[in-house]
Amino acid sequence: MATKMPKVPVVIVGMGWVGGIIAAELSKQGVKVLGLERGKPRGTQDYYMVHDELRYAQRYDLMQDLSKETVTFRNTEKVAAVPMREYGSFLLGEGLGGASIHWNGQTYRFLPYDFEIYSKTVERYGKQKIPEGMTIQDWGITYDQLEPYFDKFEKLAGISGDAEQNPMVGKRSNPFPTKPMIKTPVLKLFEEATKKLGYHPYMMPSANLSEQYTNPDGVTRAACQYCGYCERFGCEYGAKADAVVTVLPVAQKTGNFELRSYSNVIQVLNDGKKASGVVYVNTVTGEQFEQPADVVIMASYVFNNIKLLLTSKLGKPYDPVTGKGVIGKNYCYQTNGGSAAGFFDDKEFNLYAGAGSLGMEIPDFNGDNFDHSDLNFIHGAGIRISQTGQRPIATNSVPKGTPSWGKAFKEQSLKYANSVLAVSPQGSSMPWKHHYVDLDPTYKDAYGLPLPRITFDFEEQDRQMIKFVAGKSAEIMKEMKATTIGSSDQLGPYNIVPYQSTHNTGGVIMGAQPETSAVNSYLQMWDVENVFVVGASAFAHNSGYNPTGTVGALAYRAVEGISKYLKQGGIIV
Amino acid sequence: MAEDHKGKSPDPSRRSFLKYTGTAIGGVVVGGAVGSALSSKFGNKQAAPSPSASPQAPQQAADYNQAPMFLNQSQLQITEAAAERIFPKDDKGPGATDLGVAFYIDHQLASPWGVNSREYRTGPFVKGEITQGDYQSIKRHELITMGLQSMEDTSKTKYSKSFVDLAPEEKDAILTSMEKGEIMVVNGITGKTFFNLFRSLTIEGVYSDPLYGGNKNMQGWKLRKYPGNQMAYANIMDKDQFVAMEPRSLHDHFAH
Repeated sequence: MATKMPKVPVVIVGMGWVGGIIAAELSKQGVKVLGLERGKPRGTQDYYMVHDELRYAQRYDLMQDLSKETVTFRNTEKVAAVPMREYGSFLLGEGLGGASIHWNGQTYRFLPYDFEIYSKTVERYGKQKIPEGMTIQDWGITYDQLEPYFDKFEKLAGISGDAEQNPMVGKRSNPFPTKPMIKTPVLKLFEEATKKLGYHPYMMPSANLSEQYTNPDGVTRAACQYCGYCERFGCEYGAKADAVVTVLPVAQKTGNFELRSYSNVIQVLNDGKKASGVVYVNTVTGEQFEQPADVVIMASYVFNNIKLLLTSKLGKPYDPVTGKGVIGKNYCYQTNGGSAAGFFDDKEFNLYAGAGSLGMEIPDFNGDNFDHSDLNFIHGAGIRISQTGQRPIATNSVPKGTPSWGKAFKEQSLKYANSVLAVSPQGSSMPWKHHYVDLDPTYKDAYGLPLPRITFDFEEQDRQMIKFVAGKSAEIMKEMKATTIGSSDQLGPYNIVPYQSTHNTGGVIMGAQPETSAVNSYLQMWDVENVFVVGASAFAHNSGYNPTGTVGALAYRAVEGISKYLKQGGIIV
Repeated sequence: MAEDHKGKSPDPSRRSFLKYTGTAIGGVVVGGAVGSALSSKFGNKQAAPSPSASPQAPQQAADYNQAPMFLNQSQLQITEAAAERIFPKDDKGPGATDLGVAFYIDHQLASPWGVNSREYRTGPFVKGEITQGDYQSIKRHELITMGLQSMEDTSKTKYSKSFVDLAPEEKDAILTSMEKGEIMVVNGITGKTFFNLFRSLTIEGVYSDPLYGGNKNMQGWKLRKYPGNQMAYANIMDKDQFVAMEPRSLHDHFAH
């Protein structure tokens, strides 16, 4: 029997970026908020020994404990799904701050095109441009409507970027709050090459602070030291924006916020029309608690948001046969491939140094920034170079034809340890009728709930896109004058083993109509007005950009919706 | 311990003496612990000095980290011999043996990682498509010990010798067969799965922080001019030339 706790106005499931932003904003407004986090509390004091590639990057110290919960995966409905038993393709966060602790800090805004992808595609190319089974749809909000929220998130985090607006991305109401990061020789090489080719390079917007910064909440953070340990690591300086060094202290200061760690939510209590609270397990003692609340905010990662809605019977589950229902619909990933590696025989770079978001990109082949009339795909990829810190276990690049071990491997991997650069596209992912997340019929988590099951593969559209952008990457690397270039323009089936990106999206998508979306533009569930499902689960498709900037903006948008709901009730429009 | 304070590589003649003596005794004391202890080349190990250490540097004490936590003597020897082929010593610098990789691997197998403690272990274990992951129902430490045994068995069958006594090309031939999956480790698990894990372990042992037992004296990092654990690079980011620096380890970070 669960112990019943006193009712709270707002309970948040998951205390990462999204949960932290919502907790801070609501508690500042005087709303009492309870945050439930299944993992442990932590702070910068825990990162004193963080420059440990083995512990953090190879052994995933900061990630979700897969012995308790994971996902299952299959490429198509024709085969049985298999549990993801160890990490590979993407890395799930756990503990206070969630995935905001171990991200790189690359903070893009999605393009104006992204939010109206269906309308803009039809407008420019006609309906026949959209292949059968591709389920792209508009998001129920435009870039211009979302712009103030992007601005808010960037000021919160202190995003560093170019002073001059890049003409190929969405217009900004304000310049970046901090100056761009240091333009290293590596970046200059890319910049010169891409400019020469007529493209529009700009500094990667960065949550690794380029300078000391005080945000509108009065939180001051130190500048990045370029130590080269961002992705998969926590930042001991607090220079990399995360929930623990920005929003959570703000929430705590108000006196209106309570945090409960080691609290894993296993059910959202509801009667199909309204939620009455949640049930959570104390992960240390195994004891169950019922937590009544007026409003439930789902702020955990994509898979957990979907899973909890399905197991709690909230919203209509997606049916891939009819295409009806919404929970689990439009699961997307990203398309990583087509990069060009350049081996420089006559140059050594300081590749051991870097920052997670130290890089440049060209947006010329992302979104609809180029003409797709004669191409067999829509959308595209951002093409980048980044200098994130070349760590020695992970990075042992050798030219093609070199054996993967032995004398020649040793020789070549040492020779190029500081002389290999990569130009890499990060491609969009379009939704398809047969790509979705539902509940696995066989495998269960440590609490007896079914694991979420992913059905996903790359499509011909993705192969065509990678072929196209691979040509551009190789062209840029050639212009950068590498001695030897290694590149591939082939994209195989989606494989859950090699790491690609933690950019999983969709499943609880936003939109203008309840028939085709789960939440409205305030991330409020159409079917259950006092539940808000916030995060990349709301993306109706995935762009060629890193998702966090858009996630942050949507979190601020949700805050506005929740505040309105607390005052007036009903569906917010 | 007197000879341990010379601060240089073990005397090769002494090493081979112990090795051959051990082989001979091992032949008599079949499988006996005494024989295998004597045949061990690990008992004679000294801490290798850092190549960049100045002549005035204090001499290295014995490295008490170098004792097996998990593997037996024979498994440790095969591990060392195989790792050395994957990352061999050459004129540029040390290989897996001198970097302590075998001890690194042993220590990892003894750790929670060796028993897959943070992985999903609920069955059924079904063999899926390649794209669904090559996940084993046996634990990592079992995969490694079974793989080592399988290499030893192959060696005995093919060359009538122990793996550690093979010529370099013969060792490479067995490792290559492993890598290609031509050798079976145990029920349905091919040598390929073993090899991939073993190769990763070797690379980790070469380049992980020395606190784990490998990358001895940060020599793995020095090979590739990696500065290890520095607090800041902000002042060199715009420099055009390569900036070399003496590496630092997490040991240097630790406030005693």
